[in-house]
Amino acid sequence: MSLGVVVFPGSNCDRDVQWAAQGCLGIETRFLWHEERDLSGLDAVVIPGGFSYGDYLRCGAIARFAPVLQEVKAFAERGGRVLGICNGFQVLTEMGLLPGALTRNQKLHFLCEPAELEVQPGRCAWLQGYSSGQRLSFPIAHGEGRYQADPELLEQLQQNGQVVLRYTRNPNGSVGDVAGLSNPQGNVLGLMPHPERACDPATGGVDGRALLASLLG
Amino acid sequence: MPVYSARVLVSLRPSVLDPAGEATRAAAARLGVTGVSTLRIGKAVEVELEAPDAAAARAQLELLSDRLLANPVIENWTLELKGDTAAGA
Repeated sequence: MSLGVVVFPGSNCDRDVQWAAQGCLGIETRFLWHEERDLSGLDAVVIPGGFSYGDYLRCGAIARFAPVLQEVKAFAERGGRVLGICNGFQVLTEMGLLPGALTRNQKLHFLCEPAELEVQPGRCAWLQGYSSGQRLSFPIAHGEGRYQADPELLEQLQQNGQVVLRYTRNPNGSVGDVAGLSNPQGNVLGLMPHPERACDPATGGVDGRALLASLLG
Repeated sequence: MPVYSARVLVSLRPSVLDPAGEATRAAAARLGVTGVSTLRIGKAVEVELEAPDAAAARAQLELLSDRLLANPVIENWTLELKGDTAAGA
């Protein structure tokens, strides 16, 4: 099992993911600089949190054109497992791997606090270590995490079982309390909360372990 | 090749909440400007572009607006093409 972690200029959770995956769970982890095109030998890729290329224009708008993401897109389309956390989720929506968009939090504040989530794993490969309806606590840390989709799209996502993570107390105004979305096939997951910051007991909880441990089968 | 000047106005779609606009509207009232019923914040992008003719410039600018400057999921855009400012430059 080998995990790639994308690193953009401006990423700041890349090492957190490495610590969670490799340090806490023993999953071999390799950093992928944004100009990298070689994903050979990788079983999964994480697009971590941060501010890719300064998040100029819109969050994730510039990152979408990074060479590494052309390869990640092809990897996902072949069924490879891709996880976008926080800025990574924003990037996945800008790339079109997940629908909708992430916008400014309703009350404008940057939110940095624990968030309670309810899981509906459905077909999402990343969430098979959780049971349906299970409640988790993951930290959130974002200014632009309000999920936006028109009512028809939201309805379709709900019917397809793609709304795999919901806030139990919506912190940012996301439509449908959406905290995380899966693609229809279940190999791509994007979420605003930070599972990698909920893996080491020293930092306040281990609810995120089962998400990364799903790679170990 | 002629250089064309354009301004692309990017605005949030009407259905999308604009918290920054709402906060600014509240500040307008604190300034004493009452009666502001709508205030929404967008972006104005100034572009200068070389192209063989106005039609080609427009096609390139439309592509740019639709695929990069605006995210059609949440934003609308309008293009003002001002004609070539330095013909033959």
